[in-house]
Amino acid sequence: MTSDYAIIGGGIVGLSTAWGLLKRGLRVTVLDGDDGSFRASRGNFGLVWVQSKGMNQPRYAQWSQASAAAWADFAAELGDATGHDLGLEQRGGYDLHFSEQSLEATVAKYEILKQKLGGNYPYEVLGHNALRLEEPAIGPRVVGAILHHQDGHANPLRLLRALADDVRRLGGVILNGKRVTRVDKADLFRISCDDGTEVEAGKTVLSAGLGAAALGPMMGFKAPIRPQRGQVMITEKLPKLINRPSLIARQVDEGGIQIGATNEEVGLDDTVTQPGLSGLAAEAIAAFPVLAKAQLVRSWGALRILSPDGLPIYQQSPDMPGAYLVTCHSGVTLAAAHARFLPDWLEGADAAPDLEVFSEARFNVS
Amino acid sequence: MHSADLIVIGAGPAGMSAARRAAGSGLSVLLLDEQPAPGGQIYRDVDRASKTRGAILGSDFIDGLALTRRLAHDNITHLRGAVVWQIEEATRVNFTRNGKAELAEGRRILLATGALERPMPVPGWTLPGVMTAGAAQILLKQSGIACERAVLVGSGPLLYLVATQMVRAGVPPLALVETQTKADLARSLRHLGGALRGWPYLLKGLRMLWELRRAGIVRHVGATDIAVEGDRSASGVTFRVGGIEHRIACDTVLLHHGVVPNTQAARSIDIPHRWDDAQGCFAPECDEWGRTAVSSVFIAGDGAGIGGARAAALAGELVALEIARDLGGMTERERDAEARPLRSGLGAERAARSFIDSAYPPYAGALAPADDTIVCRCEEVTAGEIRRTAGLGCLGPNQAKAFVRAGMGPCQGRYCGLSVTRILSDTNGIPPDETGYYRIRPPLKPVTLGEIAALAEHETAEVGK
Amino acid sequence: MKPDSTFREIGPQTDRVTVRFGSSELSLPRGENLAGALLVVGVMPFRHTPLSGAPRGPFCMMGACYDCLVEIDGINRQACMLQVTEGLQIERPSIKGAGNA
Repeated sequence: MTSDYAIIGGGIVGLSTAWGLLKRGLRVTVLDGDDGSFRASRGNFGLVWVQSKGMNQPRYAQWSQASAAAWADFAAELGDATGHDLGLEQRGGYDLHFSEQSLEATVAKYEILKQKLGGNYPYEVLGHNALRLEEPAIGPRVVGAILHHQDGHANPLRLLRALADDVRRLGGVILNGKRVTRVDKADLFRISCDDGTEVEAGKTVLSAGLGAAALGPMMGFKAPIRPQRGQVMITEKLPKLINRPSLIARQVDEGGIQIGATNEEVGLDDTVTQPGLSGLAAEAIAAFPVLAKAQLVRSWGALRILSPDGLPIYQQSPDMPGAYLVTCHSGVTLAAAHARFLPDWLEGADAAPDLEVFSEARFNVS
Repeated sequence: MHSADLIVIGAGPAGMSAARRAAGSGLSVLLLDEQPAPGGQIYRDVDRASKTRGAILGSDFIDGLALTRRLAHDNITHLRGAVVWQIEEATRVNFTRNGKAELAEGRRILLATGALERPMPVPGWTLPGVMTAGAAQILLKQSGIACERAVLVGSGPLLYLVATQMVRAGVPPLALVETQTKADLARSLRHLGGALRGWPYLLKGLRMLWELRRAGIVRHVGATDIAVEGDRSASGVTFRVGGIEHRIACDTVLLHHGVVPNTQAARSIDIPHRWDDAQGCFAPECDEWGRTAVSSVFIAGDGAGIGGARAAALAGELVALEIARDLGGMTERERDAEARPLRSGLGAERAARSFIDSAYPPYAGALAPADDTIVCRCEEVTAGEIRRTAGLGCLGPNQAKAFVRAGMGPCQGRYCGLSVTRILSDTNGIPPDETGYYRIRPPLKPVTLGEIAALAEHETAEVGK
Repeated sequence: MKPDSTFREIGPQTDRVTVRFGSSELSLPRGENLAGALLVVGVMPFRHTPLSGAPRGPFCMMGACYDCLVEIDGINRQACMLQVTEGLQIERPSIKGAGNA
């Protein structure tokens, strides 16, 4: 079969991109892994998040802001088409602090970024009492929070499902249980899988998460990505307890309190550890003491896909023009950007976003 | 931190016999069990119940006393009410007892976590008043509580056992609605060679049937289209036999169509499992000594494959012998000599198994439930929703779980896992082994954040944020 | 209070203690399995599901299914894994607030 695009990787990044391309009338085939693949799309925290991103690269902050701003419309369109409520809430989010010093230091950094962004960085600092009015369950050890108004959260699994649903509805082909072993280019790209499946396409996007580390170099990319484990846990469903999300905890639309996440450099190991869980639980209880009585129902480890500087990579292959590497560790936040703006970049349209700072040129050794 | 040569998880027949045998070989044993008294489900609370209800529950139940009595041994520390929620590094067990999390370190771990009732999703099975037949038996054993106006539904010898115990208790069931057919019985006859070696079990079965007939209990055999009726709770059960529709008004419906290994703990540490077609379930891969792919972890009893209580007790001893040898407590020769009589006993116990498996197959209607039947009780996910995930490219239960939340509730998939695997397997046309099962993660049982967090106070956090 | 229950104790009556279930006082056998004891005095359902609000009661009686959850001291726990003790204060687990879509 021949498509305009072959997307390698059927996670949130690949499917958002596929969805955007399909909306432009392009023919798309997605090659997806199997039930046991490492899937960041199944394990992420679900924040649609702006604050703290791009402290050293304002363009990344802008890119996140642009996506966050496009999310509501994206969620509405995808939700209407599939009947899935993506659970999007964008009423701001917190960075909770347990010391005045860390709060002040963070605010200082935000101020610098705010200037670089021309003032578009709407946040406010809430002291303990102000925060308590917003979040009655907050604990005494929390000295305050930075409330950033561009932050929010969504239901990442419903996003994944809605995309899987709508990409098919729009005529996209998703091949599941595939392991891509080879990518060749003659007139067309030919993507070969270990089960003998071959897909031909005019262009190809490598959005295979950690799989890109192996496939990338075969396609002319540096693909300097590594896994970073994040352990996450979620409680039983509870009555409304937390109004806005934070990096420590959020109440998901089904009712559970999701708590995360660790940052651990442990390679391709997605195990859950008791010290990991204990540390997360202790911090969550410090933030919201009433959680001490909540039952932990599930936990998991998921592997973030990190570049050396933590920023996304958007790169066309110098060896195989028409092949693009798209990878990031914020697939949920950036889903709207990948659906709405990235197709212009892939198509080389006039309206294409400037993604130069996210190219692999930044990884050149001097 | 507790420590022992051997940590045994589960104080049912396999765990109790293993603990004693290992202790007798000089190993220190830590026996962790959720219940306040030893016995597991089969011998639940036998120490107490045998005194007042022995006559109702029968001699097979009272046999459990021999096992519980032998737990009194200097080398055995039995922690009651210990709920295990994580196994780490194949040697550490994290559990909660009396609202407090504790850790235990063992040189070897034996999983003796027994069986669960095979999930039996039929319309209405989530209504109050619907329980497993095993639950009714537990009520009778542990609490001396009998269900009035009950109908037993499904297949397998346990239905007869529960029914006869109810008769003896003076609270007979209204009827038995059995799903196995005469054809199943005919097919099973070819296994009779083996079953004749297990003749005591057949004799017991016939005796129970005779007891039920004498008590006037109606049996409907070959039932299909089973559904539980009721609005706020069960009020009746409907079914068809030979094209004729039946309805029995009742207050309690007791479901049972076999038991399956409880594999949660084994799966949580990535022990490989294999689909057992004869028993229609997954079983962990282990050798004749209960050894798994994780070298320090062993499995014995129904958790390794359904064999029944006596087989479990024998297997527990066998595995204990191997663990003792492994830890230098005996030579290979001593082990083999002590194992010989146990193996021959085990052969006899297993003899009747294939006959029972084919005479009492699972109810087909519950293996392929109607689209609107709930499969995942916790998250209220229907069979139809699971089937639709196949259309969305879900090849296995983990992607399906992410899409429709089946298996995300507090039971951790215990009562939907096999259903989801089978439904996806049937819909995708991919065998169960390839379809796979939920990846089981901690906690094996819910644990409060406060209990987990308390452990952090003793550690320097190795975890960044 | 003796609500109609379809569960009957067949053994000898044992020592009773008083516990509270919501606003009502119950007399239950000391040390017995809490789920069983509640069934006998006619407590049903035990809880409602957080999703559809469907009623649920004990199903497995062996700590596997979580349909017998009750709230004690602010913690949702399986009644079938607890014993009756004097002065227990038992509540039905609180369901998700209405404002929480």
